Amino acid sequence: MDFTDTQEEAQFRQKARAWLNANASRSTDTTNKFKVGGGDDAEALREAKSWQARKADAGWVGIHWPKAFGGRELPPSYTVIYRMEETNYLVPRGYFEIGLGMCAPVMMSYATAGQVKQYLPRMMRGENVWCQLFSEPSAGSDVAGIRTSARRDGDEWVINGQKVWTSGAHFSDFGILVARHDTTLPKHKGLTFFFLDMKSRGIEIRRIKSIPGRSNFCEVFFDNVRIPDAQRLGDVGQGWQVAVTTLMHERLAVGQASGTNFEDIFALVRELELDGKPAIKDSLVRDKLADWYVRDKGLQYGQYRMLTKISRGEMPGPEASVTKVVSAVQVQQVSSFAMELMDVAGIIDDPRLSPQSAAFQLSFLASPGYRIAGGSDEILRNIIAERVLGMPGDIRVDKDLPYNQLPTGAR
Amino acid sequence: MNFDFSEEQKMLRAVARKFLKENCSPGVVRRMLDGDAPYDEKLWKGICELDWPGTAVPESYGGIGYGYLELCVLAEELGRVIAPIPFSSSAYMAAEALHIAGNERQRKKYLPRLASGEAIGTCALAEGVTIGAHWHMETIVRDGKLHGTNAPVADGCVADLLIVAARSSAASGVLKLYVVEPSEKGITRETIQTIDPTRPHARVTFDAVAAEPLGSGESHERLIEKLKDRAAVLLAFEQLGGADAALEMATEYAKSRYAFGRPIGSFQAIKHKLADAFIRNELARSNCYFAAWALSSDAEELPIAAASARIAATEAFEYIAAENIQTHGGIGFTWESDCQLFYRRSKLLALTLGSVRSWKNRLIDQLECQASVKPELAGVD
Repeated sequence: MDFTDTQEEAQFRQKARAWLNANASRSTDTTNKFKVGGGDDAEALREAKSWQARKADAGWVGIHWPKAFGGRELPPSYTVIYRMEETNYLVPRGYFEIGLGMCAPVMMSYATAGQVKQYLPRMMRGENVWCQLFSEPSAGSDVAGIRTSARRDGDEWVINGQKVWTSGAHFSDFGILVARHDTTLPKHKGLTFFFLDMKSRGIEIRRIKSIPGRSNFCEVFFDNVRIPDAQRLGDVGQGWQVAVTTLMHERLAVGQASGTNFEDIFALVRELELDGKPAIKDSLVRDKLADWYVRDKGLQYGQYRMLTKISRGEMPGPEASVTKVVSAVQVQQVSSFAMELMDVAGIIDDPRLSPQSAAFQLSFLASPGYRIAGGSDEILRNIIAERVLGMPGDIRVDKDLPYNQLPTGAR
Repeated sequence: MNFDFSEEQKMLRAVARKFLKENCSPGVVRRMLDGDAPYDEKLWKGICELDWPGTAVPESYGGIGYGYLELCVLAEELGRVIAPIPFSSSAYMAAEALHIAGNERQRKKYLPRLASGEAIGTCALAEGVTIGAHWHMETIVRDGKLHGTNAPVADGCVADLLIVAARSSAASGVLKLYVVEPSEKGITRETIQTIDPTRPHARVTFDAVAAEPLGSGESHERLIEKLKDRAAVLLAFEQLGGADAALEMATEYAKSRYAFGRPIGSFQAIKHKLADAFIRNELARSNCYFAAWALSSDAEELPIAAASARIAATEAFEYIAAENIQTHGGIGFTWESDCQLFYRRSKLLALTLGSVRSWKNRLIDQLECQASVKPELAGVD
């Protein structure tokens, strides 16, 4: 029971830290910590791409990928070690995670050698940004219920429909897409998977304004968009299995929701006064602080346990869902309570007037999204119950019916 | 990174689990509920033959000198089966008190007997509801004689050795730990009614009883805090084991019980409840592992780690102990159901060594202290 890296891991961590020290600044104060990546201006995108190129050239991208795909073929634990180190630095975030975390593994598994060679190096260096086109207006948690259609036409497929919540579609060059090729089959069986050029004719992208205002979410409309059959990933009808393997690759990611957490509110209550005494002496404050500290540390030590497993060559299982369920709701609770401590001034979200540059107010407005994106609280609880505890699946009314006979409510 | 128990420790766990499965079924625990025995003698004898009470006691004092990680493993396993034996009183409390506060002669005299299980020890640190926490303790030693009443004292009626916290009138009221042998004149011991009869507690009255201070007579105020921190880690492992076992019981029932023509475990109302229990147990496990590391390496993080483990494990066990009954429905509320065993034990362990409220205060005190010493590390280990 210790936290000691093996000699090789320690050397790797040292090198990662040294490189990060030389190439990025540490995220010590709250103000800078919440400068979110994925900003909407071209300048931020250029900066991110330049960062990604330097990072890839230095060997910090594709750390555990096979050498044949441009990786270093180190054990997956090294990827986790690098990520643990990188979280302490201010680096562009929100541009390449989906491409490298989900699109790349699916390309490695299902694309031709020629395609991998053509697309992966540019993805690694950030020259191309990739997005993931799964969710639709009527298929969020029930992603197998998508309607976007794929009709075969010779050597091509013709795509019609609409995707939604596509992060970064507006600055993406390529995307992975799941679409329905046959509505007479049961929902999971009529799906086929593709990758496509986001600049294809017939694609229209609209930004979505979310509660905090700015966001990188988009709606993507397909109007007779043509995809060569050579860009199909997996067999016709295998789309669901391909999508599921894509989602499993995300388990290596830390999965922690960003936003104000224990250390931010701990700093706040040490400065703030309540009823003429330091806020940290207030019993309600102490009660909540203790809960949040224990959960925060529980997740941190849980990461150490996961890394231990990965170091032994095991892959993290569905229990990795715990991190997101706990951290997303905690960001919401922490931010909401911090605002309460500011009394009526808690409503002020002007960074010049509110403590910690209004980070709590921003987190309050952004946190509902964390509880939904990447698997809602409810879906993740189902996953824990069914795949970890082995509880029986819900009785399904949709599984074996042809898709075009499913009840849908008002369309 | 090797943030896990070692292969040898996992083997110890497998052996312990097998032994306890054979020797500590729910029926054994239930016998305690329905009878008057102070503990299960057969089980106690069995674990003594396996040298468990001496797990962390150094060989020079008659123990087997494994260490605290091994003791954590055993604590978790004993917690899983709600073991009705005085293990915690003897191994986490009395032996630890002697270990950290006793002098060489006292250790040599008492530790081998505790390590072999020939003697049962316990600590008397509480004085009952009205008087409260130990820093207000009225138990006092005057002219070498102990006066006062302690309750509840775990295993107080069967202990062969009592470690009592009392004020010393000679040393202007400083708090000290005293060792008392129950055979001394002036001691009255009676079993008191508690929520968990599977771990009996006593009221012990001292009327001018001969008592010997532990160590060389210094104040033990800080050592008592240390004793509580160390025992808290081990109790947290018992809670963790109990929480896992209760979750397994609830999950099994939810899979096999049918209502509305389907297993109740297929309803999200039940799934989400048990998923929440799993989440709490995972958070508790991770905090417990960190505390096990701190305990076994005597790290300065121990007070924070112990409080965190204690809070997480208490909340995990209390949650699933209650929701296990809820999952079972009416049958879970009957005397015949084993649900009550977890429910009773979870509350007993939640209050042993002080409430969650008090541990939360200890935690925040420590974090404040750490932050003022190392402001740049506020809230960070």
